[in-house]
Amino acid sequence: MSVETGGGPADGVVSEGSAGVRAAGRRRHVLDLDDFTRDEIAAVIDKTRAMKEVLHRDIKKAPALRGKTIVTMFYEPSTRTRVSFEQAGKVLSADVINVTGGGSSVEKGESLYNTALTIQAMSADVIVIRHPHSGAPHFLASRLGSSIINAGDGSHAHPTQALLDLFTIHSHTGSIEGLRVVIVGDLLHSRVARSNMWGLVRMGARVALCAPPTLIPSDFRDGSLRRPCHPFAGVEVETSIERALEGADVVMALRLQLERQRAGHIPSLREYSRTYGISGSRLKLARPGALVMHPGPMNEGVEIEPDVAHGARSVIEEQVTNGVALRMALLHSLAAQDRFEA
Amino acid sequence: MRKLLIKGGRVIDPGRGVDRVADVLVTDGVVRGLGSGIDPPEGSAVIDAAGMVVCPGFIDLHCHLREPGFEYKETISTGTLAAARGGFTTVCAMPNTSPAMDTRATVDFVTRTAKEQGSVRVLSIGCVTRGSMGKELAEMGELAEAGVIGFSDDGLPVSDSNLMRQALTYASAHGLPIIDHCEATGLSRDGVVSEGWVANHTGLRSVPRSAEDVMAARDISLAELTGGRLHIAHVSTAGAVRAVRDAKARGLNVTCEATPHHLTLTDRAVLGRHGGAAPGEFDPLTPAAYDTNSKVNPPLRGAEDVDELVRALAEGVVDVIATDHAPHGAVDKLCTFDEAAFGISGLETALGSVTSLVHAGKIGLSSLIERLTVGPARFLIDSSAAVDHRIGTLQDGAPADVTVFDPGAEWVVDPSEFASKGKNTPLDGATLRGRVTATVVGGEVRYAL
Amino acid sequence: MSAPQRPTRVLDRDEMRRALTRIAHEVLERNGGSEGVVLVGLQTRGVPLAARIAALIGQFEARAVPVGALDATLYRDDGFRAAASPMRPTEMPFDIGGQRVVLVDDVLFTGRTIRAAMDALNDFGRPSHIQLAVLVDRGHRELPIRPDFVGKNVPTSPDEEVDVRVAEIDGSDQVLLVARKGG
Repeated sequence: MSVETGGGPADGVVSEGSAGVRAAGRRRHVLDLDDFTRDEIAAVIDKTRAMKEVLHRDIKKAPALRGKTIVTMFYEPSTRTRVSFEQAGKVLSADVINVTGGGSSVEKGESLYNTALTIQAMSADVIVIRHPHSGAPHFLASRLGSSIINAGDGSHAHPTQALLDLFTIHSHTGSIEGLRVVIVGDLLHSRVARSNMWGLVRMGARVALCAPPTLIPSDFRDGSLRRPCHPFAGVEVETSIERALEGADVVMALRLQLERQRAGHIPSLREYSRTYGISGSRLKLARPGALVMHPGPMNEGVEIEPDVAHGARSVIEEQVTNGVALRMALLHSLAAQDRFEA
Repeated sequence: MRKLLIKGGRVIDPGRGVDRVADVLVTDGVVRGLGSGIDPPEGSAVIDAAGMVVCPGFIDLHCHLREPGFEYKETISTGTLAAARGGFTTVCAMPNTSPAMDTRATVDFVTRTAKEQGSVRVLSIGCVTRGSMGKELAEMGELAEAGVIGFSDDGLPVSDSNLMRQALTYASAHGLPIIDHCEATGLSRDGVVSEGWVANHTGLRSVPRSAEDVMAARDISLAELTGGRLHIAHVSTAGAVRAVRDAKARGLNVTCEATPHHLTLTDRAVLGRHGGAAPGEFDPLTPAAYDTNSKVNPPLRGAEDVDELVRALAEGVVDVIATDHAPHGAVDKLCTFDEAAFGISGLETALGSVTSLVHAGKIGLSSLIERLTVGPARFLIDSSAAVDHRIGTLQDGAPADVTVFDPGAEWVVDPSEFASKGKNTPLDGATLRGRVTATVVGGEVRYAL
Repeated sequence: MSAPQRPTRVLDRDEMRRALTRIAHEVLERNGGSEGVVLVGLQTRGVPLAARIAALIGQFEARAVPVGALDATLYRDDGFRAAASPMRPTEMPFDIGGQRVVLVDDVLFTGRTIRAAMDALNDFGRPSHIQLAVLVDRGHRELPIRPDFVGKNVPTSPDEEVDVRVAEIDGSDQVLLVARKGG
């Protein structure tokens, strides 16, 4: 659909208030996992398991969100994530409006603010936003009365992906505590890695990061992680894939954006693949039965070899399926509440 | 004869080593002596300054008045009113207007408009290069005749090293400095915050400190090569401070300024003020994060940089406190952090910000006032014969530019009360201690609280 | 605020066992045996109770009855509270079409949960009958719903709570009547 608007801020709609991520003790927004408690993540995992059953029914429909409006605003192409949210909303009987695609204000370059005001006027209960700029969800959260779900913002966060990754791991292992989880790839730019780190650390996993040093944030290499007060204290940083994979319970490969070569972060895709690609022989260094994950879409032959991506240890397809159930769980938690007043 | 008596204040005149309770008598726009128990002459106005500090008017070497071209952000009228509210009696306008101040016509326009509509004195800075495009030198000779007090392509560094060399050399014929915004754009690229945990946590693209260090080092080397005058704008890194300290030790003609925001805020300001309070370093982000009003170039840095900058201010390595007042319209900041314009509206919060350094015992009050008065005055006197050589002091015969402020007064920043059109401050809702109560320009009271 | 009332025991372990045994007999009697009967326990405490009734029926009859578990959260009429309450998986490993479904829950109160459960059941098929078995009926119905099988009727006041404990979840079997927290 296309949303047109001409007006400026409308009185009574816009609030410059300092509303938090929670209101009256209840979660209002999902912006990242940095503000999720361990119990909260555990509850999301439980609820996702229950939601997964709904998807296996003949009648994949429950009335929980009847009369609720969910708006998805995708300022970056991502059919998979958008459809996942759309399906999640529809299974729970919400009205789902997608602001995306040809002729929409998203494409015309209308300001995020004006588009958001229009959507606010449509009384959206939940706004799901994907945006190339870090912090776009916070911009909406601080100004609108709707609940905001971050479906990926810039290099910042992708909390729903991280939660479904946690769910996927949990469904295979029964617990995340103590697992050695190795995240391999572009840690500098990856919102998936960042959100997963918050979630994994909170759930007690032993996280190891592995990448060429040019793709590791400099403050992960300068000893900051040795400060006990650092939220990622104890996270291991490795530039050798062999050392990183040793004893791994979970191997998470990240998508390598092909433009990193041009920006001088890596000499070539070939060298990256040779040095950091997850291959069958490398996987032997991990624990037997270690899970292989990837947030997609994959560059097979670059960060992951096809035989690994589609091999026995790969749970990559499951990640996609679990995405719908996870998003149902989140939408239900947020949208089933009374609408927050701006 | 118009007379004004500023009575009973603590007069601090760092240029002459004065710090005592006294009355200041002003006649016909000129200081006519300090004394105690001066009775108000007949028909004179009186400012009761008991409990206040009375000092020479502040001078801002670096502000953006936006006129001509960006009147929705600020005008000479509103910008100078903001200056008066901030205790500034002279401001120097950066040339990135539209058209830019790369010709006499634009400079004359600013000078004329300031005379007609301004609340404080306005001096102009000319472009280094035509349109600040970094390609060809602006007609510096003509600009010098028009009265500019220096040249700058502020906001944009002069990236071409040879052009910078020529600029320093050419300007030296007029005794004028090049004021450079030190940023190696190859290193800063499209970064919007300083490199470190805040950038990492927020996922915002970062700027390494080296982007400033490298350019400062290059400029200092070129100043040495050419013998020209170099003034480094808004120094923000420990590395650049060290480079300036070293250059001064070697006797080079190098000066620098620091802004109140770089002296008092770190990149944590980007995390916003949730419920009025600044969040802790490792706290989760709140919806208040990504505060576009903290987006500024150079970016707010880390605590180590701030510490080094404050030390350099106290030492005198930083000669001048300049605001880099960069007002913007609401739409320029009502967007994502990446899209937001760089800049902080700083004139009206400058004093309240830097007095925190005095309250924290990091610099003496007299030294602080020196960096706001005599420091920049020296720069101006070196630059222009037209500038009264007594500016920045309260000596007899000096133009009666006087600022009265209460160093202990607490107030809460409310941008809606700003005279500036630019409400863009990361200090919205913050409590500052230190407030201007009166500003006198040429004997006229331009602002009184 | 008055001092918290001491909980009163309504059923002990043996009484619970006898009540469930009676319900099992009644289910068989009403349905003429176990043919075509399935038990569906409501999450959470209805599930172990349904399993116990099924086990008892298995003892009385040659044919065991299938047992399912149903979570009606998504069908509740109080979305605000439903959103915050934990959700358990629904397990319906059989077709309920044409079956006599006996819903099993621990406490029958307003009837709203049962209303939600019947809506949920409809999404799994069209049972020939739906019957309701509860361990405790405490009264205060808000909907036209009545139980078919009751372990014990317990008159209560609205500011009391019936606390059913089952060994599988709580480590012991008993039913207590307690003053509502903060009531």
